[in-house]
Amino acid sequence: MNKLANYGLNLLKENPVFGLYLGICSTLAITTNLNNALGMGVSVIAILTVSNIVISAMRKIIPDEIRIPVYIVIIATLVKSVELLIKAYAPALDTALGVFIPLIVVNCIILGRAEAFANQNGVLASALDGINMGIAYTLSLAAMSAIRQILATGILSMANPFTDEIIFSINLIGSDYVIPMMKEPIGAFLTFAFLAAGVQAIRTYEADKALKEVK
Amino acid sequence: MSDLFTLFISALIINNVILTKFLGMCPLLGVSTKSSSAIGMGLAVIFVIFGSSVFTYLLYYSVLVPMSLEYMDLITFILVIAAFVQFVEMVLKKYSMGLYKALGIYLPLITTNCVVLYVTLDNIIKGFNFVEMCVYSLAVPAGFMLIMYIFATIRERLELANVPNAFKGNPIALIVVAIMAAIFTSFAGLV
Repeated sequence: MNKLANYGLNLLKENPVFGLYLGICSTLAITTNLNNALGMGVSVIAILTVSNIVISAMRKIIPDEIRIPVYIVIIATLVKSVELLIKAYAPALDTALGVFIPLIVVNCIILGRAEAFANQNGVLASALDGINMGIAYTLSLAAMSAIRQILATGILSMANPFTDEIIFSINLIGSDYVIPMMKEPIGAFLTFAFLAAGVQAIRTYEADKALKEVK
Repeated sequence: MSDLFTLFISALIINNVILTKFLGMCPLLGVSTKSSSAIGMGLAVIFVIFGSSVFTYLLYYSVLVPMSLEYMDLITFILVIAAFVQFVEMVLKKYSMGLYKALGIYLPLITTNCVVLYVTLDNIIKGFNFVEMCVYSLAVPAGFMLIMYIFATIRERLELANVPNAFKGNPIALIVVAIMAAIFTSFAGLV
């Protein structure tokens, strides 16, 4: 239990989205509802894990000078495969995410982990790092999309991406009290700003506590 | 002609790439602390987007489509962008040291700027002809530069403001962007 709490705290302190500001473009754009966020998150987990494995397995062969183009080609190949799979099996998700699936190529999280972790560590460690970072990213997307969806429509719902069957749907706020603006770009920026401020507040609080303990 | 103008204005202001498509947030938060560097970055982005759009457009319709390799678009486009950025950097370094010093530091950052890939892909998705493609690939980065510049001037003032600790740095910057997005939605009825 303690380990889990520790993991949760690390998730907040070293959050790739709200702490390090990686991959914000897609975070802001696709978090209008929980479905899109989870679809995007699962795609990123898959791509990040496989790209970490491939890059870490090839790290001794790739010449240092051209490593970035090589990484980008590997990532682009994976992203294109995922895009074609989504097009074939989850067409509703494809129309909802649109151009943001191919844009995963330039999501800084993936290239960032390749550069910072996978090219120095073994295959297994890189795979775990990919899964870990991917889950942190997915949870951040889910948190932000849940807030936006509830405030904008009053309903938190989720549908099966393959069949469009609704899994659950909870009505939380009456339709007279919703804020439709939260679906618009301004809602995305505001939600992100407040979540990032929350993470920053926790980080400064922890840093202050550590400083007092030292004194 | 008026169609092209409508396309230009809508890509520049109404469907602004930062405020409605959320692309290019990394350079927006990272580089826009001074208005002069915002202009430098903006010019470099306009140049790279226009150049790589023309390249990828010609490549797509004269190589990929005849050979029915359309599914290779993403991989070829990102390589063209990376190579183009590297090429521009080398040419500037050799022939124009002044321009290199002004734009040089921003060039490597542009490869991972999602706006570049977005514009090259969008040109194909929207099925533009060559002239429309040229107008679109000038208007989108121009809109990017406009927001970068406005945001940088606000940010210069923001440095002096007394902001709560939790909001210092990026969170307050995002709130500023949110307010700008609210203002820009009122342009929606323009065209």
